[in-house]
Amino acid sequence: MLNTSVAIRDIAKKLLDEKRVDLIIGFEKGSVPLRSTPCFVRSTSEADRLIWNVNCENNLAKYLPKTKERVAIVAKGCDVRSIIGLIKENQVTREQVFIIGIPCKGMIDRRKIEAKLDGKEIIEAEEKDDTIILTGNNLREIIKKEEFLHNSCKTCTHRNPVIYDVLIGDKVVEDQAVDEYREVKEFEAQSHDERWRSFSDEVSKCIRCYACRNACPFCYCQECFVDSSQPQWIGKTTNLSDTAIFHIVRAFHIAGRCVDCGSCDRACPMGIDLRRLTKKMEMDVKDLFHYEAGISLEDMPPLATFNPDDPQEFMMV
Amino acid sequence: MELNIMENQIQQPREKVDEWEPKIIAFLCNWCSYAGADLAGVSRLQYPPNTRIIRVPCSGRISPLLILRCLQHGADGVLVSGCHPGDCHYISGNYVARRKFAILNNFLEYLGIEKGRVQFAWISAAEGKRFAELVQKVTEDVRTLGPATRLVRKQG
Ligand code: SF4
Ligand code: SF4
Repeated sequence: MLNTSVAIRDIAKKLLDEKRVDLIIGFEKGSVPLRSTPCFVRSTSEADRLIWNVNCENNLAKYLPKTKERVAIVAKGCDVRSIIGLIKENQVTREQVFIIGIPCKGMIDRRKIEAKLDGKEIIEAEEKDDTIILTGNNLREIIKKEEFLHNSCKTCTHRNPVIYDVLIGDKVVEDQAVDEYREVKEFEAQSHDERWRSFSDEVSKCIRCYACRNACPFCYCQECFVDSSQPQWIGKTTNLSDTAIFHIVRAFHIAGRCVDCGSCDRACPMGIDLRRLTKKMEMDVKDLFHYEAGISLEDMPPLATFNPDDPQEFMMV
Repeated sequence: MELNIMENQIQQPREKVDEWEPKIIAFLCNWCSYAGADLAGVSRLQYPPNTRIIRVPCSGRISPLLILRCLQHGADGVLVSGCHPGDCHYISGNYVARRKFAILNNFLEYLGIEKGRVQFAWISAAEGKRFAELVQKVTEDVRTLGPATRLVRKQG
């Protein structure tokens, strides 16, 4: 990890020195253990703040839409897929972004570690190979990284950046065996009533803070349908009907665009299982239109195009 | 579209349960399905009176928000219809719409909204009879499902 950090700093300095970019977007050490935060570097003297570790889960592609500058961005597999999506949606140009790609073995879910520690405070966390050493008052524990990965990382099938300008570190082996839609299929196997009950239980926790929307690289609309007052599509309450429709339409709006980076899921303060919704959209788009988001710069976004032979069995005959 | 006009069409006091009659909103495209409904009318075809028609320029105009808002504000069922594939007045509006409808249809079912509450069809301007039949079918389906409860916005 240290090597990766050093490599990021070197490339950042080089890019800034040669004036190839105006801005580097990467990560720096956060103020608490197991936390890295986005970092914006404009001069070589600041470049040493840049780091890389297993807490760089944020999807920095969020900062790209509508930027006018030339930007170098540190990006994992899922982040690169988001960048591809944003380029296709004309939010940023390929020439404008310099992708510092990093093959990723998965990021760590702090909440899962905290749950295990039962309230004990971590003062320091140190990464060592496949483990993390946690220390604090009455605390010294060595945990295995793979047991605390984010849910989206556990089912990730694109750990290596699909495109990049420079790749730091060796490519990692992609997980071919994982069934990324297992949970969706299990949910589908339930009855209508059970599905409605569990969907409504889940979304009734929502406080409509919109952290999920704000974290999503694809939610860049100037005016979101939830904020529109003319027409006011849905009420601004946490009434079940309003929240349910908010979640249905949010999922609909990222259909064929979502790359399952997990940002929304991580951002939710209420712990709502948002991937249950986004994964279904992803699966259907794949099944119906044979499209996977963020893999190629050439193919058309699935909802912006059509095939005369698209399935229509669902329609009345 | 003025949402409050749309809502006035749907929002009427709920009758007592034993007198319940399904309220169905039909979004029909101007060029085919609306003309199909017109033909049903001038041909004096009988079909259940539960459907309120909203004319839209094209099935491509239908946003899921329109459909969901109907369900939220008292419609028991929604029918969406446009020109048959290949016949769209705007060449491809219905093809693009079909993709949206496919995923919306699956998604609503996934979340436990009863199958049949929201239905999609192609009806041409010549298909007055088919229009009457499909409206009959949707009305029966919704009647079997009973009043919509999921997604309905309760007052207060
Ligand atoms: S919907 Fe969630 S998982 Fe999908 S791209 Fe947006 S933030 Fe990432
Ligand atoms: S982040 Fe969670 S609580 Fe906030 S609006 Fe999204 S789902 Fe609701």
